[in-house]
Order: sequence, then structure tokens, then C-alpha cells
Amino acid sequence: MRKAAPLAALAATALTLSACAASDRDDSGSDGGDTGGTFTFGAAGAPEVFDPFYATDGETFRVTRQIFEGLVEVKPGSAELGPGLAESWEPSKDGKDWTFHLREGVKFTDGEVFDGKAVCANFERMANQNEAAQSGPAEYWSTGMGGFGKDALYDGCEVKDAKTVVIKVKSATSKFPAMLSLSSFAMQSPKALKEGKANDVKVQGEGFVYPANSENPVGTGPYTLEKYDTANKTVTLKRNDDYWGEKAKTAKIVFKIIPDESTRRQELEAGSIDGYDLPNPVDWKGLEESGNKVEVRDPFNILYLGLQPEANAKLKDVRVRQAINYAINRDQLVKSQLPEGATPASQFMPDTVSGYNKDLEPYPYDTAKAKALLKEAGATGMTLKFAYPSEVTRPYMPNPQKIHEAIRKDLEKAGIKVEVTTKPWNGGYLDNVDAHKYDAWLLGWTGDYDSADNFIGTFFGNAKLNDFSTVAGGYGKELSKELKDADSTVDEAERSAKYEAINKKIAEDYVPGAPISHSPPAIVVSKDVKGLVTSPLTAEEFSTVTVGGK
Amino acid sequence: MLKFIIRRLLQLVVVLFVLSILLFAWLRALPGGVVSAMLGERATPESRARLTEAFGLNEPLPVQYWRFLTRALQGDFGVSTGVQPGKTATSILIERFPATVELSVVALLLAVVVAIPLGYLAAKKRASFLDNSSIVVSLIGVAVPVFFLAFLLKYVFAIKLGWLPVSGRSSIPDATQVTGFFVLDGLLTREWDAAWDALKHLVLPGIALASIPFAMIFRITRASVLEVLDEDFVRTAQAKGLSHRVVRGRHIMRNALLPVITAVGLQVGALLAGAVLTETVFNFGGIGEALKFAFTLRDYPVLQLLVFVAALTYVLVNLLVDILYAVVDPRVRTR
Repeated sequence: MRKAAPLAALAATALTLSACAASDRDDSGSDGGDTGGTFTFGAAGAPEVFDPFYATDGETFRVTRQIFEGLVEVKPGSAELGPGLAESWEPSKDGKDWTFHLREGVKFTDGEVFDGKAVCANFERMANQNEAAQSGPAEYWSTGMGGFGKDALYDGCEVKDAKTVVIKVKSATSKFPAMLSLSSFAMQSPKALKEGKANDVKVQGEGFVYPANSENPVGTGPYTLEKYDTANKTVTLKRNDDYWGEKAKTAKIVFKIIPDESTRRQELEAGSIDGYDLPNPVDWKGLEESGNKVEVRDPFNILYLGLQPEANAKLKDVRVRQAINYAINRDQLVKSQLPEGATPASQFMPDTVSGYNKDLEPYPYDTAKAKALLKEAGATGMTLKFAYPSEVTRPYMPNPQKIHEAIRKDLEKAGIKVEVTTKPWNGGYLDNVDAHKYDAWLLGWTGDYDSADNFIGTFFGNAKLNDFSTVAGGYGKELSKELKDADSTVDEAERSAKYEAINKKIAEDYVPGAPISHSPPAIVVSKDVKGLVTSPLTAEEFSTVTVGGK
Repeated sequence: MLKFIIRRLLQLVVVLFVLSILLFAWLRALPGGVVSAMLGERATPESRARLTEAFGLNEPLPVQYWRFLTRALQGDFGVSTGVQPGKTATSILIERFPATVELSVVALLLAVVVAIPLGYLAAKKRASFLDNSSIVVSLIGVAVPVFFLAFLLKYVFAIKLGWLPVSGRSSIPDATQVTGFFVLDGLLTREWDAAWDALKHLVLPGIALASIPFAMIFRITRASVLEVLDEDFVRTAQAKGLSHRVVRGRHIMRNALLPVITAVGLQVGALLAGAVLTETVFNFGGIGEALKFAFTLRDYPVLQLLVFVAALTYVLVNLLVDILYAVVDPRVRTR
């Protein structure tokens, strides 16, 4: 009996505890919609905040995209702009005043009406950020809208009537209104913004603390946030049954956070998730063989080899930079190191972006020509400190080490001595690239939206400070001026022509580096998943998805 | 006894202080840093400068350390920059602690419940088939790296046979949470399916993690029992005609368990190291996994706090072992 006493006590405690620990599970099954069901998606990371305005990462946007909508959206399945919460828009002649005609009958999920006032409340909120938010979290506004106060591109918002607003910018730019399709600039409920003290970002130690609004997203989209369970690492979204458009097909979306890629694959094969993003190209075949669907999107990225004239004076000579371009066997590299559907690059942007120059061909693989150019420039036998990042894969660069190795061999064939160096991605690589410590390095970019400026403007727009030290290369100021001119051209056809001309100059005369390739990112779903519309921007909306047979 | 405990606790303060300096300096000496980790490809000289200044990373290290220390003493260990941006390091610790405790307890229980009786039997029947085969098994347990065993278990039982879940802590997204210990929560709220589901998620990582202490505890128990079996007092007890049960419990095990307790205590440290690997393989959202991400994402506040807590746990468990030792062995008490 002595031994039984503690056990009995334990049981008694458990019983009393259970009296105050009631189950709050919702047992009603599928919640009222015609089609119930759950779409479970394996996410590689947790959303950082639920206020997309303060985010820059894909895992956050993947979730907020289902909850929020922008004034301007991207047409499903493409990179082209299309109507969003604004049905149409037009610029004034000088490209500074943009009139947006808003969709009617739209409500936020807290019951607030979406109208002109709501739009302006959002823009005023975005434009007025405190010092803490300006220093980091409001990154997309900083880069897209040029910053805050004096520097801001944004010049005010005017409500004409409930369904018409005018948004003003200080100068015409190709970025506007394209960038409004970014998740960061989606429309949030003015009431929720106010009540959640949306702009109250603080610096605490070495991190940012976000206000209540960042945990309580209220948008107009097909889903709402049900709960973010940090202990079980799941984000659950629930269908918005009052959605203005076609209601979501599936009642719930569960994002399971599974950082390890092979675990995501195993979970898919075990049937505990219905899909995940960016499967490793080496797994594509195996995944298809086990009955899953690997959907390969159009590439919307660029992998390039950057060259740094400040680190190696020989690179100041354009002939040396051209020689390096001739030395690389892009076709072979694309075939052996990159997934099916990858293409060699002729310029620093993919062909889906307007401003792409179709007449440009990738540099041909010509070792003899490379050698001749090096000789002409007096750089025969030059040494090149060429770096690649470790501990990382990017959609445009599935295996940095192997890609580096292939290019290194090509360079050596042309008589360049390569000094190999590597650092972890977060462990010094990016710092060193920015600090101009490598002669040559591998990096890339996935576009945020359909705009040439988002690619070559990002790389070379700032003449003073950029990774390629374009000024040291002797063409920086000129290129920067040309980019600015193209960016501020209002007429689309004229603008595209200007960007095409710039792309040609970059490829032939300036040669800041070597554009290498465009790689298609894939997304994989189980065979039961239907209705997924993939996006070249890797920005899928899941409201059309159904999961059958479960 | 009280004096002894107080002295040990004072030592603990010194240890933690020195550790905090070392850790702080070491983390900042690593290449890269939070600014790169946060900005990635988007980093421009301007955005870097803005962040560096906002976080005060451009100030001298001693100044940064002083700021960290004064805040930490007030219980503010800073805000996460990578693992769960915006959340305080403390709340991440609290949220993730139950997972690691749950896993470690299962692993330790498994190890103790199997290893001690097995060690006793192996010693009693020395050189028998049972003895030899358990030695082989325990050798494998010591030799095979945890992550490999974890992969193997996952491959066979989760992927090939499909008996157990592949990863995670629960596959029921709407299970009610009370304490954060999922099995306990399921029992408390009488969501039996949730408790059962959580328990199933614990089996494979539990076994993988148990392999470390299991081998150690088994071998020490066996050696220790062998030694005690030869003692005169055991023979005397048997000669007196005491029952097997009494001899086993009061004479053999009580004496043989002393080194085993030390071993179990020391294994807690090894468990924490093993948890980093096991939790990562099984996507088990505990402290070990958070440590890994905090490191790769250069999330200093979280990293500092978690390493700190790991060290604290280790030291405290050792203290507990010393106290237990005193309970089991009267000679230590009187000293």
C-alpha cells in the first residue's frame, strides 16, 4: 500500500488539473462551406511577422498572400500586372498622378469597408514610419519608394470619391505602380492598423519588436489567420466565407514549418503534407516516380558571376572582363549543373521581363578568343580570387560549389589562375561581396515584380555604391544615368526600347560581370492536389486548390 | 548540506559570468553576422549601415557587452532576429523548453528502464548469451552517431513501414495546449487522440536520443554490479538466508547504483548535445533545434540565452547528482 500512495496522489492531481484544463477544440468538422478539406503545405521557414509591410522573405509572403490583396495584383500564372483591389488605373501625362478605380463591395474581414479612405490610410501609414522601422523592417518601402520624408517617391494620396483615389509620386518611374503588386504593399484594414498600433516598431537590443498588428492580420483576401502555433510549428488559415470574389475551394490551409528539405520530401511521401516549394532538382525525377506532380515554373531569376575591379586592377580593362565571358561554357554548365528548363543567360534579367533584349545572344564559348583578349590586355596568366558561398542553396543556384568548380575549370583553360575561396552564406560571404573583397564571386537575384529596374536597376543603379564598383570599371556614372532615364520614361514601349539598348551596352561595352543562367524553380504537390496555378514569381495563391481523395 | 549547496550555487554564478563573456566575445568574433543574415541578397551598403547603427553594432565590444549584461541582469535577454524575429529570447526558450524536456525525459526513462535491469542481468549471468549480446548492442549504441541512428530509425519505421510519423511533435493542428507538454496536454484535456498522437511522435526521437545514455548506463551498471557481487557483505547476506529480493534491493543494487547515478547525471549534458541533432532530424521544435537555427542565422540573443540555459542545466543537474549521492550513500552525508 505504501507504494500506491504516491501514484494515487498523482492521479488525483491529474484529475483536478484536468478539471480546469478544458479542451477548446472545435469539433464541428468542416465549417459550413460546400467543400471542406485541408491543404497542408510544407513551409521551409516560419513567417517572420504577419504584417507584410515589415517583411522581405518568401515564407512570410507565402502566408500573407492568402490573407491580403494589393491595389494591383499579378495575373495568375504570369508575371504581368493585373487588376487587384483596383479594377483599373491610369497615369497623368507626366506620370506623377495615378488614378485608381477601386473595386466595389469589398470588405475587410473585420467588417470594415474597403474604399478610397482605406487606401489613403494605408499609404499614409506606410509613408510615416518611425526611426526603428526605417532602419530595417520597412525595407521594401525604403528600396522601392526611395525612402522617407524628403527622399520619398511617394507624394500623397487623395480620395476623389469612395471608389476613386489619386496617388502621387514625385517623379515618373517604371517601378510605379508595378511595385504595388508586392505583398508588402497590400491593403490592410485601417481599423486593425489603428487598434494594433501598426507602426509601433521598436528596437530592443539587437532585434526589432513588432506591435500587435503584426500578429493580427486583417485583409480582404480569401483566407484569414486562424492561429499560429509556435510550439507545434504550424500556421492555420481559415476560409473567408464573405470573400468578395470566388470563395476559396478548400476550407483550411495548414502551413507546417519543416526547415529541412529532405524531411519535407519524406513528409510528402508519407502523405502528411500535400506539397512543398523548391524541391531540389536532383529529387524531381524521384518525386514524379512516386506519383507526385513537380510543376516547373518559368525562370524569373538570374545567376551571375560578379567582377570587382577594386579588388583586382586587371579587371579595370574591359577586355579582361570580356575574356572571362568568352571563357565560360554556359551551355555545358546549364546542362550538367542546372535543372531541366534552365537557360544560359545573355543579360542580367530573364526574358519574361519587359526590356529584355531578344537580339542578344549569350557569349559564345571561345577559349581561343578569351586567350587572345587576355594577351591583348597584358593579363595572360593573371590570378583571379574567385569565391562561392557554402551552406546555402538558392533557386538560381542549386549547388554553388559545383557551379563554381565548372566555371573555375573553364577559366583555367583560358589561362587564368584561379584562387578558390569560400565562406558560409551568412558567415562572411555576403559581407565580403559587399566589402569588395573578392575579385570574382557568384550571386543572383529573383525578381520581386515585372520591372527591368528591379533587376539591372538594383545591380547598377547606384553609381557610387554597388557590388560591381561600376565607377572603377569606368562606366558607372554613364550607366547609372541611362538607367535613371529609362526608369522615368512614362511610355511603356519607349521605356522598353531604352532598357533593351541598356542591356546591349551592359553585355557588350560595360561588361560588369558575366550573366550565367536562369533556373526554373519548381513546386511539388501530391497527385491528389488539383487546381494549383503556379507563378513565375513563386507567388502562388492557394484559393483555387482542392485536395481530393483524402 | 545547506552550506555545501550554497557554496556550489556561488560557484555557479562565477561560472555563468565567465561563460557569458566568453560566449559574447566568441559569437562576435565569428565571420558574418546578424546584418547579413537579415538582409541576404538585398544587402546594400546603405541598408547595412542603417541596421548596424540601429542595433548598436558599431560600438566597441565592451560597450556592447556591458549593455547586454545590464539588460540580462534585469531579465531582458534581447529579441530574436532569426529564429522567431520580434519575439523575446526568453519567450522562445519558454515555448520550446517543454519539447526538449519531454524528449529528454522519454529518452532518459527509456535508457534507465532498459539499461539498469539489463546491466544487472548481464552481470548476474556473466559470459552468457544475454551478456555478450547486450555488450554488443551497447557498443553499437556508443559507436553509432545519434544523427545516423535517427536517420536510420526514421527511414525504416516512418518511411518504409509507415508505422510512426516522420517528423514534428503533433499532426493534430487544433489540439488544445495547456502546458506545452503535448502528451500531458492530451491527457489533461482528455483529447486522447492528441495524447496518443504526441506519444507516437516521441517514440523515434526518444529511442535515437536514448542510445547515448543507454549504452553508458548499461555498461556502468554491469561493471558496478559485477564488482559488488564479489563483495563479502553480499556473500554474508546470502549466507544469512536473506531472500533474493532483499539481497538484490538492499545490498547489491543500493551499492551498485552509486556510480550509475553519476553516469546518469553526466549523461544529461550529452543529452543536450544529442538533442540538437535529434531535434533537427525529426523537426522537433525544441531548444536543440532552436540552437541550430540561432547559430546558422546568427541570432545572437537567442543563441546566448540558450547556451546559457544549457550550461545552467548542466551545472544544476550535477549539483542534484551530488545531493542524490548523499541520499543514497550515508557516508557522503556525514562527511
